[in-house]
Amino acid sequence: MSMLEAAGVHVRFGDRVVLESVDLAVAEGEFHGVMGPNGAGKTTFFNVLTGRVKPSRGKIRLGGEDVTGLSPHRIANKGIARSFQIMTLFDEFSARDNVMMGLPEFRARGLDIARAAAGDRRFAEQASDALAAVGLADKGDVRAKDLSYGDRRALEIAVALAQAPRVLCLDEPTSGLGSDGVQRLATLVARLKGKLTIVAIEHDMEFLFSLADRISVIHWGQVVARGTPHELQQNEWVRRSNLGKFA
Amino acid sequence: MIVGSNSSSDAARLVTPTMLVLWLVLATVPLWITRIGLYPYLGIEILIWSLYALAFNLVLGRAGLPSFGHGAYFGIGAYSFGLCQLDIVANLWICLAAAAVVAGLAGVLVAMFISHRRGIYYAFMTIAFGQIFWTLAIKSHRITGGEDGLLKIKRLPADFGLVSFDLTDNVAFYYFVLAVFAVGVAALWRLVHSPYGRVVAAIRQSEVRAAHLGYNVWLYKASVFALSAAVSGFAGGLFAMAQLAAFPDVMSLHQSGYVVMMTLVGGGLVSFWGPVIGVFLFLTARDVIGALTNAWMLYFGLLFIAIVLFRPEGIAGALSAAMQRHSLNALRRRGTSAMRLLVGGGR
Ligand SMILES: Nc1ncnc2c1ncn2[C@@H]1O[C@H](COP(=O)(O)OP(=O)(O)OP(=O)(O)O)[C@@H](O)[C@H]1O
Ligand SMILES: [Mg+2]
Repeated sequence: MSMLEAAGVHVRFGDRVVLESVDLAVAEGEFHGVMGPNGAGKTTFFNVLTGRVKPSRGKIRLGGEDVTGLSPHRIANKGIARSFQIMTLFDEFSARDNVMMGLPEFRARGLDIARAAAGDRRFAEQASDALAAVGLADKGDVRAKDLSYGDRRALEIAVALAQAPRVLCLDEPTSGLGSDGVQRLATLVARLKGKLTIVAIEHDMEFLFSLADRISVIHWGQVVARGTPHELQQNEWVRRSNLGKFA
Repeated sequence: MIVGSNSSSDAARLVTPTMLVLWLVLATVPLWITRIGLYPYLGIEILIWSLYALAFNLVLGRAGLPSFGHGAYFGIGAYSFGLCQLDIVANLWICLAAAAVVAGLAGVLVAMFISHRRGIYYAFMTIAFGQIFWTLAIKSHRITGGEDGLLKIKRLPADFGLVSFDLTDNVAFYYFVLAVFAVGVAALWRLVHSPYGRVVAAIRQSEVRAAHLGYNVWLYKASVFALSAAVSGFAGGLFAMAQLAAFPDVMSLHQSGYVVMMTLVGGGLVSFWGPVIGVFLFLTARDVIGALTNAWMLYFGLLFIAIVLFRPEGIAGALSAAMQRHSLNALRRRGTSAMRLLVGGGR
């Protein structure tokens, strides 16, 4: 059974059809890459997976359970975490507090008005672990808005990891990162591979082709090609399009 | 309420050094206030409006939700206190609880309609509901006394079983309000620094992100509004006691604007104490400048404009910026000045 499954997802904004019919099945522990030209609807597809956009047709299943059309917070509680293409960190919070917001234990305490949030050591420790995992161990007290671009990207991932998700959706995680940053991210993802189900939209073909188990290419509102990196490199369509050149 | 690293230890406290200093200073007020030409009643007003403004700031400063009709809940609290006392039971505790509960319920009702909104739409809806409540208060002459107000409200004794305190005297009532204020401040401080308070602050920064992290944004927005309404109503109940009456004018759009002004001028967007600073300035200016000229609002309005233009983070923000500039010197001297306690410790 697939961990995450999308079937016939159709999305229109007004009379503009963005996704015609997208199918996707991601196995548990798989790293699945998503690529496609600008404006192909990749982010929109993530928005459907995470409840931000309700599809007009089609189904999303998580671990076999139908989660189509649930609100974002419900879907997050069921175990889909996401990073954002355009970063939306809690800028006034420290890096540690940003991560803390992602912890399921903290979320469960969200309605607690009688205890001091800062008083709980466990939260701080778990948050520090997630920060260390992305190389931000010594930046826990820095306010998110004072972090460098690369560190902010890393923080996004730390928050997503802190959620202990069943499926992690990354929207262009390498975008804007220097080669060091990409390398750091690649190492992290390689470490997570097999343990976590990951779907990643990515324009960096080297990154994707070296790490992904399988890749789907979204174009004209549907998946036009799919396979292992090796299969895709042989794919006629991919070879002819721009996308193949990077591979 | 920037969650700065320097305030993290205070954030975990129930009572901070700043609070102790403030309460001690406030406790001396009746000893000298008449000597500077003012009177204890002003102190009562400042404390009650401070509690109200702190409650209001949960919504404006903490959650970042522009509520411009908050006077409604303050007023509903005042009427509820009065009606409870006149028609149900003349018990201080029950009537104060009634003020909070009824205002809180009104807050829940309104929150159900507005909590999926934000920004200008949110602001408009709060104004609309505020106007509805204000109109109801004026038109329901048989219940509220209309524009004449609900009169003959008494300062019920504070009955603790073994001892009972008479509050008819302004100084006695001042100390009662101060005690309530102290408890209220500690409770709000804890609320703001609880997990709940942190989620609310996160929602202010990004509703979208909070939702994708699994937080039910609607529930948090609705509940913080209702909580704020309940505490505002509680303060309104105290205000009815202070005035010995309840009037519709505190519910008007005009007076709802006062609490917004007080909170912004004081610096409620950046500091827990901002609303208190703002209320103190506003009411003192009303009495001091108001004694010299009827146009005191003109001067306060000018101050408001100047602050919005030059110091959008308000007085508390300006003070803490000044403090940070001097903190190096202060560190050298290893002094813990009262200023640091009041501003730095209070952030
Ligand atoms: N809420 C919306 N309302 C209307 N149109 C939208 C909305 N969201 C996305 N679109 C449109 O849908 C199309 C697909 O956008 P989307 O962001 O999903 O593309 P993408 O594949 O992620 O592109 P990129 O590679 O640039 O990130 C775009 O033309 C965009 O303008
Ligand atoms: Mg995109």
